[in-house]
Amino acid sequence: MPTVSVKRDLLFRALGRTYTDEEFDELCFEFGLELDEITSEKEIISKEQGNEKAEGASDVVLYKIDVPANRYDLLCLEGLVRGLQVFKERIKAPVYKRVTPNGEIQKLIITEETARIRPYAVAAVLRNIKFTKDRYDSFIELQEKLHQNICRKRALVAIGTHDLDTLSGPFTYTAKRPSDIKFKPLNKTKEYTACELMNIYKTDNQLKHYLHIIENKPLFPVIYDSNGVVLSMPPIINGNHSKITVNTRNVFIECTGTDFTKAKIVLDVIVTMFSEYCENPFTVEAAEVVFPNGKSYTFPELAYRKEIVRADLINKKVGIRETPENIAKLLTRMHLKSEVIGDGNQIEIEIPPTRADVIHACDIVEDAAIAYGYNNIQMALPKTYTIANQFPLNKLTELLRYDMAAAGFTEALTFALCSQEDIADKLGLDISATKAVHISNPKTAEFQVARTTLLPGLLKTIAANRKMPLPLKLFEISDIVVKDSSRDVGARNYRHLCAVYYNKNPGFEIIHGLLDRIMQLLNVPPGEKKGGYVIKASEGHL
Amino acid sequence: MADGPVAEVLLRQLAAADGGLDSAELAAKLGVEHQAVVGAVKSLQALGEIIEAELRSTKRWELTAEGEEIAREGSHEARVFRSIPPEGLAQSELMRLPSGKVGFSKAMSNKWIRVDKSAADGPRVFRVVDSVEDEVQRRLQLVQGGQAEKLGEKERSELRKRKLLTEVTLKTYWVSKGSAFSTSISKQETELSPEMISSGSWRDRPFKPYNFLAHGVLPDSGHLHPLLKVRSELRQIFLEMGFTEMPTDNFIESSFWNFDALFQPQQHPARDQHDTFFLRDPAEALQLPMDYVHRVKRTHSQGGYGSQGYKYNWKLEEARKNLLRTHTTSASARALYRLAQKKPFTPAKYFSIDRVFRNETLDATHLAEFHQIEGVVADHGLTLGHLMGVLREFFTKLGITQLRFKPAYNPYTEPSMEVFSYHQGLRKWVEVGNSGIFRPEMLLPMGLPENVSVIAWGLSLERPTMINTASTTSGSWWATR
Repeated sequence: MPTVSVKRDLLFRALGRTYTDEEFDELCFEFGLELDEITSEKEIISKEQGNEKAEGASDVVLYKIDVPANRYDLLCLEGLVRGLQVFKERIKAPVYKRVTPNGEIQKLIITEETARIRPYAVAAVLRNIKFTKDRYDSFIELQEKLHQNICRKRALVAIGTHDLDTLSGPFTYTAKRPSDIKFKPLNKTKEYTACELMNIYKTDNQLKHYLHIIENKPLFPVIYDSNGVVLSMPPIINGNHSKITVNTRNVFIECTGTDFTKAKIVLDVIVTMFSEYCENPFTVEAAEVVFPNGKSYTFPELAYRKEIVRADLINKKVGIRETPENIAKLLTRMHLKSEVIGDGNQIEIEIPPTRADVIHACDIVEDAAIAYGYNNIQMALPKTYTIANQFPLNKLTELLRYDMAAAGFTEALTFALCSQEDIADKLGLDISATKAVHISNPKTAEFQVARTTLLPGLLKTIAANRKMPLPLKLFEISDIVVKDSSRDVGARNYRHLCAVYYNKNPGFEIIHGLLDRIMQLLNVPPGEKKGGYVIKASEGHL
Repeated sequence: MADGPVAEVLLRQLAAADGGLDSAELAAKLGVEHQAVVGAVKSLQALGEIIEAELRSTKRWELTAEGEEIAREGSHEARVFRSIPPEGLAQSELMRLPSGKVGFSKAMSNKWIRVDKSAADGPRVFRVVDSVEDEVQRRLQLVQGGQAEKLGEKERSELRKRKLLTEVTLKTYWVSKGSAFSTSISKQETELSPEMISSGSWRDRPFKPYNFLAHGVLPDSGHLHPLLKVRSELRQIFLEMGFTEMPTDNFIESSFWNFDALFQPQQHPARDQHDTFFLRDPAEALQLPMDYVHRVKRTHSQGGYGSQGYKYNWKLEEARKNLLRTHTTSASARALYRLAQKKPFTPAKYFSIDRVFRNETLDATHLAEFHQIEGVVADHGLTLGHLMGVLREFFTKLGITQLRFKPAYNPYTEPSMEVFSYHQGLRKWVEVGNSGIFRPEMLLPMGLPENVSVIAWGLSLERPTMINTASTTSGSWWATR
């Protein structure tokens, strides 16, 4: 779950009232958020680096709020406040508009070189925006959160924000050889080539995680303005020239990536959240993006989608009995502006660009239920009448378990994953003869294979308990895994029973006796006759 | 012991005594160790009302070993005094005497002797007075004679400081006749034997009372694993509620059944190497139901069944990747798919409890393998209210009654709810499970009728015990992302 850190007092000021911690926790619970932690910068540093390093750090109270992974509109203070205010019916959801500028529209031209490395780009402009330190910090933080979540650590989409007044369009998004890219990156004092930067950032704790996305590729993505100024080298770093500060008034936003849909969603999220601070609130200036095939698109999309859902469907799915008008009110509180239409039973819902998570009527049903309050719904028992059946293998397992314990053996529970040695070398077998299933990239040797026999697990258990009073009598009835090409996945489980006797004497007759007892319980007679059992020596190994 | 010689003597003495006797005095009289008398008293006590014994504590002053020596030989300072001839003694010589060092300083402070430092051949010690009274010896002899009370408090502490006296606590018993007093005690039987029964001699024998404070002999039994006992209990609960057990005997699953069929998109973080164990061998699933796969592909990439879809390029090779299942919901998907192929539709209730795998960093509370519990109901017209109702009955059978529901997110359910219960020990609400209604994008491509809803919930095997005990094990069901 993504966590958003907001200054409590800033949050309360924006909400227009204060809450006690308990009241706010309750509000979060209702809405589907979780107030995970109440802390401060000082506390955080203190916990991570000790009290001395924390001296002088801010003790402004921070709320750490867990947000559902699909709600990109709640990843910053602005979005949280807007969501909560609409939920509490204190404000109406804003209407986001894309406007065409009076003068030249900003253009971003994509060349065909990007096709093999990072083909998609979208862009937009936030015109006449007013930042304060807090708003600026929030703006940067939101980009980071989006990068970590929907952008899949910048691999799918990377965001670049620039001071438009330091640049001059049209902009070109292309890909060049690393040695041919030279610019002064963010917060550095001289120019470097891309090759040098890739080296420098190897030791940068933040950026080193993204290098692999373009490393070793023949061409690196890069965005220039008409004067050859580098805006950014996505997804690694922006140029210092177009750096945004608290005083920036006009912001050019570009998102590049490998997933077109996500790039569009990300752009929509950023501009809807922060256009609040534009001179013309909630308006975003359009930008044009021209693709290599000549097709041109205007962004941001800021699409509003309409869906029509029957009121009785919502009532039926949730288990409530609200009037269509009430349901429309509930949905409007969830940022889904709704009104009753048609025969009085249909509800037309307007899905705003901030709710890209709503893709089916069931998403609308959930929002109606949340606004109604889950804990207000009346509980009922399904009238589904069924006769229960046990899975035969499990039924047999349960019966045998009790009888094994009655026979004086103690049940163990061991891991299904182990090392290759455990199931091969240590048992005198070659690993290829075991038909074991192998795991790719195991973190340790303990996760190399899935067990093909229960014996190693029990032996390890005995080894760990060998100081206990003797004898140790252990058993386990559980699954092993082997390859099997007759199954759809190519492997299957078998249910095995394993018992071990550990004492100063080996006690073969004890295990033999246990086996006889098990066969007795299973009604399998001893003897060579059909349906009977015999014991034979195996060839030197297990 | 109760039939030992000391006990017998004690009883005879007691019979003759007037009122009672003291154990220490008796020991002295008989010439035995006090402990032997105490032992006899205790074993007689165990027989019942034969004697009454009252524990008494007396304090006595006794001489230490050094104190005894001084009582005999005289104090160090007196001995020093006596060893100085009229012409005096060289100090060095004096110090070499047995009591020299200790006695010298005391004799000096008593002003019994003096030192002439200016003597020709080294410091010389002389008598100051003609004779002395060895007070210390006299006092010690008083104590030895049992007359310590004649000494003042101050005098006693001074001697104690010099480690010549100690105060000793003596625990003795004052023994008197009990209500069932008799001088003859017969040996008590510890067990009834067949001979006693057949001969009838049990009627005349006294039997030793059982000691219920000692432990019995534990039977030599085997044991079931505690976690698996909880599993058995949960199986029982599901069966009582009419849920049929799903087959889950496949740890290996394809990405298709584990993720894609559940409408979890291919770029979802849970499908990372970090969280999921992918397989090297067999790396890919051999067979997939292709017409169903095509419907799933379309739903993910283009939408359909009333959905916008995720609008990304869905790849078959991604779906083929084999892994160790991350949840048993894949088994539920298989079960629902099989149910969908049976026409006409019949409602069903399924459950499973089995092992799942997570490739997370291990620590004290996170394991790579744990058990998940899952319950599923498929029927017409199920609502969120029904889901809450089923959950209430389920958790009530686990002894968890206070429930609250919170909106949550899972890729495959909508609406989704986290279930919370009040933990008396921690005094707060803790999550006990996750639940929801499966999305149409998951159910419709399987072929289930449109008006059929499927409600489902799950938790880990550790959770139910957590609420009823004070433990803090972890592991909630679907890690919401």
